[in-house]
Amino acid sequence: MKVRFKIWRQDSPIDKGSFKVYEVDGLNPDMSFLEALDHLNEKLVLRNEKVIAFDHDCREGICGQCGVFINGRAHGPHENTTTCQLHMRSFEEGKVIVVEPWRAKAFPVIKDLIVDRSAFDRIIEHGGYISAKTGTASEANAIPVGKDIAERVMDVAACIGCGACVATCKNSSAALFTSAKINHLNSLPQGKPEEHQRVLDMTAQMAKEDFGHCTFTGACEVECPEGISINNIAEMNARFLKAKLFR
Amino acid sequence: MKLNAKIPEGKLEEKWRNYQLKSKLINPANKKKLNVIVVGSGLSGAGAAATLAELGYNVQCFCYQDSARRAHSVAAQGGINAAKNYQHDGDSVWRMFHDTLKGGDFRSREANTYRLAELSAPLIDHFTQQGVPFAREYGGVLANRSFGGVQVQRTFYARGQTGQQLLLAAYSQLYKMIRAKKVTMFPRTEMLDLVVIDGRAKGIIIRDLVSGEIKRYVADAVVLATGGYSRVFRLSTLAIGCNGSAIWKAHKKGAFFAAPSFTQIHPTALPQSSETQSKLTLMSESLRNDGRIWVPKKKEDTRKANDIPEEERDYYLERRYPSFGNLAPRDIASRAAKERIDNGHGVGRFRNAVYLDFKHAIERLGLETIKDRYGNLFKMYKKITGVDAYKEPMQISPAAHFSMGGLWVDYELMTTIPGLYAIGECNFSDHGANRLGANSLLQASLDGYFILPNTINNYLASEENRAPVDTNHPAFVDAEKKIKGDIEHILSINGNQTVDHFHRELGKVMWQNCAMSRNQAGLESAIEQIKKIKKAFWQEVKITGHSQELNTELEKALRLADFIELALLMCTDALQRDESCGAHFREEYQTKDGEAWRRDKEYTYVSAWEYTKDYFKLHKEELDFEFVKPTVRSYK
Ligand SMILES: Cc1cc2nc3c(=O)[nH]c(=O)nc-3n(C[C@H](O)[C@H](O)[C@H](O)COP(=O)(O)OP(=O)(O)OC[C@H]3O[C@@H](n4cnc5c(N)ncnc54)[C@H](O)[C@@H]3O)c2cc1C
Ligand code: FES
Repeated sequence: MKVRFKIWRQDSPIDKGSFKVYEVDGLNPDMSFLEALDHLNEKLVLRNEKVIAFDHDCREGICGQCGVFINGRAHGPHENTTTCQLHMRSFEEGKVIVVEPWRAKAFPVIKDLIVDRSAFDRIIEHGGYISAKTGTASEANAIPVGKDIAERVMDVAACIGCGACVATCKNSSAALFTSAKINHLNSLPQGKPEEHQRVLDMTAQMAKEDFGHCTFTGACEVECPEGISINNIAEMNARFLKAKLFR
Repeated sequence: MKLNAKIPEGKLEEKWRNYQLKSKLINPANKKKLNVIVVGSGLSGAGAAATLAELGYNVQCFCYQDSARRAHSVAAQGGINAAKNYQHDGDSVWRMFHDTLKGGDFRSREANTYRLAELSAPLIDHFTQQGVPFAREYGGVLANRSFGGVQVQRTFYARGQTGQQLLLAAYSQLYKMIRAKKVTMFPRTEMLDLVVIDGRAKGIIIRDLVSGEIKRYVADAVVLATGGYSRVFRLSTLAIGCNGSAIWKAHKKGAFFAAPSFTQIHPTALPQSSETQSKLTLMSESLRNDGRIWVPKKKEDTRKANDIPEEERDYYLERRYPSFGNLAPRDIASRAAKERIDNGHGVGRFRNAVYLDFKHAIERLGLETIKDRYGNLFKMYKKITGVDAYKEPMQISPAAHFSMGGLWVDYELMTTIPGLYAIGECNFSDHGANRLGANSLLQASLDGYFILPNTINNYLASEENRAPVDTNHPAFVDAEKKIKGDIEHILSINGNQTVDHFHRELGKVMWQNCAMSRNQAGLESAIEQIKKIKKAFWQEVKITGHSQELNTELEKALRLADFIELALLMCTDALQRDESCGAHFREEYQTKDGEAWRRDKEYTYVSAWEYTKDYFKLHKEELDFEFVKPTVRSYK
């Protein structure tokens, strides 16, 4: 299989960057997209060129480290998948595949396709936890949690923190990411004692970073590898109002 | 040097308490002055860093990913064991201890294994408190499922994403302590060497993976929590960046390496489908709860799975191991698959797989139940293979998965270098020669949250009054100089082969000779081949770019250089152990019906290897079975 990659190259955060075109031969349809990039990188080394830097680790859709824009879509042509789970069989022979990094002010480019997503960590730092020390827990079954609640919590807790929601949003909003963590913890009895402070702190941090406002376009839930629903943002907003009123 | 495991006095069930009663304490005002380095942010590292910080120590935590949340613990699917006996099916701490000891084929310490079982129940309480959405029953209580090698249901899970949920909980606790200014986090940072001063671990040398800068960090104790090293096989279920470098460098600085060759080959991964493949994807073992494994009775059968009638299918695990059937432990299930594949019964395009079939489960339980239990795994299978496993069986194949081996540690989790600890998958502690499914999230978490924070005081109490060292100490300067030299050297080779080329070569040699079954001639030839790969690597590797920038080829090359050396030790270890036990299967030592022949009289010890300039020197920690008599491990 043969394709033509058009890939964003940027040597450093201060470099301007530009697209470069690479003809790549010798691929097979069962290769993953990242394996195709590996293959190209090996060719580049042998041609004495610098390899294309891209982020990845688990290569099974769970660590959230991979993520690039492919032909204008976060994580490529399929809905609800990660870049590492994409295979070359999803592309047509001989076609151009345009590959760019996440584009968002809060996610500055470090090199080529790699961006800095540490803003997400800082949002978690501001309340995305339950303040309980190791060694203080009581018997797990002492607090029952309904199966429906546990399932709903799992739906949002599944967020892998890849940043596709931000990258695909025309406002670069981190509302889906932030709401997923807030709704996870605030829906559980264990998270209740800090529920109001958590919403206020996490949303305040979100505002401090360079993310935009959510205007409910719904683009995020389409690209989210875990299919986290946009309803979570509405729920977060309701929790925010409640926190403002009742804290 | 005589190895002292420091096992506390007393009855098995009193040892941990006795230990805690006697260990030294440090007053809170002094804890504030003590610094601990934790390398790794997986379940063990993040758990340790957060808990040590809660106790008052200053912690510096390092990981190579862009965020602590991405450590490979995130990828564990199936679950975590605990002897809660919620199912009322006869489980107990003793039974779990016994299952684990037997599962490990009596090659681990009784005291450690017992502690693992003993602390398992409170760990579930702990994670529930942190907000882990474990699966629940309709009545609101926690649910369980079974896992291989066990006849009770003691596995807790969060859909097929248990590792992710546990890790995110640990990560959130870590960030809680970062906010409290007790932990400093260094993502995109790789440890390249350990610094030992006057025989004690005092710091590390790292490379900032973004700027390429080499830096020194000093502390009163160093904790390695760097995970498994099965990427030495290249194709494995581990993440691409997983490496053995940190523990290998520690080994070269004096930490003994225990049972390096004990590697778990997981029976249910997706088969390799091309030469360029970069990793193998695991399908959770929990699938074996309801799926049935079979191959066609006829050799080289080219019919489609669904066209092969029932009487022409060989459910070989049920046939060979009637009492455990499809839930036989991993080493046994993998070897049985290999036996069928090698004998021409393999299926799939490359004839390297076996079937995992849900037809009967769907008939018995209904499609909805199967969807509820495994929906996300079936979805993942479809994404990767394009096949709908509700309609035809999955194809699965064995893959390198877990390192039972690792740095030798005593009961306190300290290595043979005072002040250097190893926790989680990177140590050799509780799993013996084979780990039971769902026991390693448990071990990693316990090491980090419950055990290390209780044992490290014992050492740090003696460091309280020692004169502090700083990073200008010659040991730091020399270590940094050496690393810089190595990096410039590797970049200057400018040969004609890529790093991946050598990694593929190494992987092939290791997979053929040091994986599911091993023999003397194979291992001897592997050692020769690896030496050749090493030589070629240092003459012919080509890396583009330079050292003062983000350079992913350089990262890979440095990791591979260590893997090559580690591979030599693994083969040496496998060659030395003239017996079969657990995952270590030496073809020369098998029973008439092809089962492992353990030689207790000669080999009831842990092999702990010392690095010397010219060879690997063996030390033995004799294993004393005081409470359980080792028996022949049978799952028939
Ligand atoms: C696919 C898969 C599924 C699994 N499923 C299960 C399961 O269902 N149940 C179960 O009990 N176990 C399971 N396991 C095993 C279990 O997940 C691991 O053994 C466990 O999570 C290891 O945790 P850890 O903290 O030791 O290491 P990891 O989580 O791997 O963390 C290692 C950390 O070390 C850092 N690091 C590594 N090298 C360096 C370096 N040189 N410099 C700086 N930092 C470094 C990494 O960045 C990372 O933060 C599974 C394993 C895999 C691969
Ligand atoms: S590499 Fe981990 S999600 Fe893609």
